[in-house]
Amino acid sequence: MPEDYEAPLLELEKKIDELASQPAAPAVEAEISRLRGELSEKRRQVFASLTPWQKTQVARHPGRPYTLDYVNALFTEFTELHGDRRFAEDPALVCGFAFYKERPVAVLGHQKGRDTKQKIYRNFGMPKPEGYRKALRVMKLAEKFSRPVITFVDTPGAYPGLDAEERGQAEAIAYNLREMAALRVPIIVNVTGEGGSGGALAIAVGDRVNMLEHAVYSVISPEGCASILWRDAGRAPEAADAMKITASDLAALGLVDEIVPEPAGGAQTDPEALFRTLDAVIDAQLRELTAVPPESLPGARHDKFRRMGRLGTEFLETT
Amino acid sequence: MAWFRRERSPLPAHEQESRVPEGLYVKCDSCKEILYRKAVLDNLSVCPKCAFHFRISARLRLELLCDGAWEELDRGLVSADPLAFSDTKAYSDRLRDGKRKTGSLDALVSAVGTLGGIPTVIAAMEYGFIGGSMGVVVGEKVARAVERSASERMPLLVVSCSGGARMMEGTLSLMQMAKISAALARLDAARIPFISLLTDPTTGGVTASFAMLGDVNIAEPGALIGFAGPRVIEQTIRQKLPEGFQRSEFLLQHGMLDMVVDRRELKKTIVRCLHTLLD
Ligand SMILES: [Zn+2]
Repeated sequence: MPEDYEAPLLELEKKIDELASQPAAPAVEAEISRLRGELSEKRRQVFASLTPWQKTQVARHPGRPYTLDYVNALFTEFTELHGDRRFAEDPALVCGFAFYKERPVAVLGHQKGRDTKQKIYRNFGMPKPEGYRKALRVMKLAEKFSRPVITFVDTPGAYPGLDAEERGQAEAIAYNLREMAALRVPIIVNVTGEGGSGGALAIAVGDRVNMLEHAVYSVISPEGCASILWRDAGRAPEAADAMKITASDLAALGLVDEIVPEPAGGAQTDPEALFRTLDAVIDAQLRELTAVPPESLPGARHDKFRRMGRLGTEFLETT
Repeated sequence: MAWFRRERSPLPAHEQESRVPEGLYVKCDSCKEILYRKAVLDNLSVCPKCAFHFRISARLRLELLCDGAWEELDRGLVSADPLAFSDTKAYSDRLRDGKRKTGSLDALVSAVGTLGGIPTVIAAMEYGFIGGSMGVVVGEKVARAVERSASERMPLLVVSCSGGARMMEGTLSLMQMAKISAALARLDAARIPFISLLTDPTTGGVTASFAMLGDVNIAEPGALIGFAGPRVIEQTIRQKLPEGFQRSEFLLQHGMLDMVVDRRELKKTIVRCLHTLLD
């Protein structure tokens, strides 16, 4: 179903298609070319001024690259590892080792599915405790073998199900937060789509946190927030606005280090262009971080998160 | 910092913002028995008939646990309403109401006191303040309590009572989970005991960070403890949840808690735990 921000673009696309189906003539060709120019300008305008709620729709767009797309584009020899050695394998969070520009690394991220079967198999990108425990197992292996960790964050949230609660969803997330904070290898986090609350953060305690231009990262989904505070899930656009969930808002609050620009129209319109941009960001950060003595990484990472919520800015000290 | 005298006189108005309602008589939420209010309060706000645990304020919690006076830490920290948030009500108004109701500037009271003679850093969450939710002030106060515990090599006790991260401070609230967990990683490495006490309710981002990271996790009986709230789970799986799901006893059975302890035995039990862990 087209989202509201797409309506004017779809209209232009329709016009172009109609003209293209007409018999070829110089006047028609000229009109098509004019409309194409108009479309790309319009797309640029629309995407430069998306509201937080529209960005939420873009962040959830099924055509957006998912973790395995990034893995295929940016890494070689990906070797997927499975299972938490405690209970099960969780396909909603993929983990493994790979090479990044000849350099061995660990790579992991939430994985969504595109068709119905894949969506169900991947549980809509919502991990259970075993997913988070597998992720930590792989991160500990990365530490053991001195491999930097690169993560991709794109989840509606940790799975809110009966079985997940039984097996300690909260404990799994909490433990990851503490252990990631102390990991003695570089961690680069990329929020590529939906940064859904604790289920996102559980693989996002990094030395660098990047966020795609149209990604969102929030404490609760706009719908969830709206249904609690406004008692009406339909007020989600207002909740999205109020919670300040966009990359630029979060960079201003000091919660995100780098905003990765997306091609006009969003990552899904030209994934190759996005991969090139992100590649350059990761490459530069990896160079910086591998130059740092590994034993000093946890201290710097602690300090980075310790500063989130600043005296004099986000809170005050009164007497 | 002033040392506060333990009060024997009736609690000030804001202290009564516990779950034990006003009046000469109260009705137990669980057994529906009509009880003398004083009999309930004298029994640490536990129903004398059925042992239902009424929710209590952060300050009453400190009174019940500490040997005597305690030194309150960071009392003056207050949210700057960093997102200028407003829903059906302005967040700044909610903060003001919370202060009026509880006498605190945010949803946590932290202190240094002694438990069975052991100097301890204690932080207790205040449910009466926006549902005990965690924003930057709660995050900062817990992080500072952890740091105080590490620097003075005193054990840490955190009493959770919270609906989770505070929506009105957005992603800043989420990041407090990482901030506190990073501080706890250091406490862990410093081998200072951390006891987490989970009370009704402990859910969301509080459970998914410090509340589940205790060296020893203790809960009061019958407390709701979980990551997702029961309603969200019911909507997801489209079925009714079994009786007792996400209650303390259920978590004990599923290996998430070390023990479930009656409030009247809590202090004794915590002190015993500390003795087993301290040098
Ligand atoms: Zn009763």
